[in-house]
Amino acid sequence: MSARKRRQQQDGTYEVAGQWKLMWWKFKKHRLAMIALPIIVIMYTITMFCEFFAPALPLSRFRDFKDCPPSAIRLRDADGNFVGLHVRLKESVRDPVTFRKVFADSDQIIKLGFFVHGEPYRFLGLFDSDLRFFGPVEKGGEFFLMGTDSLGRDLYSRILFGGRISLSFALVSIAFTFFIGLTLGGISGYLGGFADTIIQRMIDLIMSIPGIPLWMALAAALPTTMSSLGKYLWMSIIMSLIGWTGLARVVRGKILSLREEDFVIAARLSGASHGRVIGRHLLPSFMSYIIVSITASIPGTILGETALSFLGLGLQAPTISWGTLLQDTQTVEALALQPWLLWPAFFIIVTVLMFNFAGDGLRDAADPYK
Amino acid sequence: MVTTQSKRILEVRNLKKYFPITEGFLKRTVGYVKAVDDMSLHVDEGETVSLVGESGCGKTTFGRSVLQAIKPTAGETLFTQQNGDVVELSSLPYDKLRVVRRDMQMIFQDPYASLNPRMTVLNIISEPLVCHKLMSGRALREYVMELMETVGLDPRHLERYPHAFSGGQRQRIGIARALATKPRFIVCDEAVSALDVSVQAQILNLLMDLQEKLHLSYLFISHDLGVVSHISDRVAVMYVGRVVELAPTEELFDHPLHPYTEALLSAKPVADPRNKTQRIVLEGDVANPADLPSGCPFHPRCMYAQEVCRTVVPEWRELKPGHYVSCHRAQELALVGMGQTREGRGQIAQPDVPAAPANSVQDLPDAVFAEGLRDQPALADTIPVEKPQQQDQGQEGSQP
Repeated sequence: MSARKRRQQQDGTYEVAGQWKLMWWKFKKHRLAMIALPIIVIMYTITMFCEFFAPALPLSRFRDFKDCPPSAIRLRDADGNFVGLHVRLKESVRDPVTFRKVFADSDQIIKLGFFVHGEPYRFLGLFDSDLRFFGPVEKGGEFFLMGTDSLGRDLYSRILFGGRISLSFALVSIAFTFFIGLTLGGISGYLGGFADTIIQRMIDLIMSIPGIPLWMALAAALPTTMSSLGKYLWMSIIMSLIGWTGLARVVRGKILSLREEDFVIAARLSGASHGRVIGRHLLPSFMSYIIVSITASIPGTILGETALSFLGLGLQAPTISWGTLLQDTQTVEALALQPWLLWPAFFIIVTVLMFNFAGDGLRDAADPYK
Repeated sequence: MVTTQSKRILEVRNLKKYFPITEGFLKRTVGYVKAVDDMSLHVDEGETVSLVGESGCGKTTFGRSVLQAIKPTAGETLFTQQNGDVVELSSLPYDKLRVVRRDMQMIFQDPYASLNPRMTVLNIISEPLVCHKLMSGRALREYVMELMETVGLDPRHLERYPHAFSGGQRQRIGIARALATKPRFIVCDEAVSALDVSVQAQILNLLMDLQEKLHLSYLFISHDLGVVSHISDRVAVMYVGRVVELAPTEELFDHPLHPYTEALLSAKPVADPRNKTQRIVLEGDVANPADLPSGCPFHPRCMYAQEVCRTVVPEWRELKPGHYVSCHRAQELALVGMGQTREGRGQIAQPDVPAAPANSVQDLPDAVFAEGLRDQPALADTIPVEKPQQQDQGQEGSQP
């Protein structure tokens, strides 16, 4: 027994601790989850305020720096003198063997700093600013942390902007999924009878259709003239139209078993309305399951969006998402010559892993039998 | 004790609750479990009517159907409201029913399952009040504290969760919740069965005090005859979904008219070591409510059964004032009441040939009201008495 637990037992806080507090205490013991949680929070914060964190604007082109490799951040110049954070300007040279245009470091130094002024942007659509967290001290300096794409746009900035879309897309889509899943699963379980049969057969039907072709068919049905915001919302609805079935099944099962519990009957006999029975008695009894399920299904949604966008069926340029960024790597040539274009994949992997770890910790914490 | 002049609060007429047995993909109904089959019963104001019977005979289903917690298949449930209006509950829509629910409540059997573990005592007890929008805020809080005191709980524990309480305390919480809206009729579904004997007595006395104070009517569902004889004015004996006998408590206990009642009564322990009551152990199992035997449903287990019992369903008759029974032979049989012996009755009824095998092993847990045996001081006291009786029956059975 840990010292804290002993202390809690002595002062009685353990006995009266609510369910959420108990869950938090157990969650804290899960080491991987405790690493994953802050990383997730940091990722969401950075991508939410990506205008501030990105050194450049996602659409501004550096015409002389197409397919430029990442520049290394250095502290000392070529002679070994300390000059502070800087990168060396890339200069275009011909490869003597292949005669291909390549970039090499020149002696010219671009100084970097925190809280510098760069190109002006509109912060979250609220106010204009040009303050940036990190970037070249001089306005318009050519600093590419993760290289540039074939149009000379800073990949690191684009990844942050794409992360805003990809990460928020997951949340929006999950919200739709839970709305549909909870409503239909709830109706199915609480009302039973004919409604239940219809909904369950519908779930059977949806589950029997292979996922990717269905996504593709639905995504291809979206008109090409649609605005990028419209496309974003419709894509998330498409994802949730397919994803709600599993959740609805579980919710139905939970409600079916809880519906006959004495305390639920007692609530009905107390004169509670259907809404109150569901909201006060049924839903809270499996809230922890829902929370766990949400975390567990975010990675799947992110991957789904990436896959569709990669195939060119999901979000499309000029909308930036991690999936559309990866579209640039569809050729072997690009992979061989510009391997830095795979950076978005790294972010996807990290995000998915972190969500899985956090979900794992949550599942353990919510499990009353552990 | 039966006050026929007083006001009816509840009248149940021909209540039926059939659970369909479905089969196959299309959920075709292949039969029905007749949990409650054509039951009629009434409860007067201030009266306690008990419903007794063995496990699975439909007591709880009846109690829940009366309150419309489960929808009855057929039958009328007439409830008299405070203003004297009589409403038929099963035909009321959900919202209208909610209004009537103020006047009728239920105390549940299992104090662990009937309280939402995620709500505080305050929220649990106040739920009916909040649902009916009767009170709120400070007044509500004070009233709940008052209620807690009424049922013998410490009002300081208002903000605690159910898991912090013992079984008896939880049952009191359940009672406080049932009393919150000042109902006039309460269904006590095995309200004390989950508690140990000393707590049982406290709760029973509490219920009786409250009845006197608040002029409550109870439908008291139980399998414990001791409890029933203590609290009730009238007793209805149930067997597979039907009432087989209904009489004022004393009358039923002293002069049972149905063989099933006799068997039940013989199983009730008497706290007197010299008492040599013959324990009647019923053979066989309870009839299957999905496939009732022909004629009287009790005939396969009845030791007085005759040809007529196997073919004709007995009528529901009033043999003495207020004493109803459905048995073909009720008039001719002289049955033994509680704490009596056959010899004491003067006339010994000749047991008929039972349909049981000659050397059936006496299975105590299977016996009716085996629950009652638990408290029996000396099992050895009863077994020697039973054995000769069984052998007798066995010999007769082997020589038809």
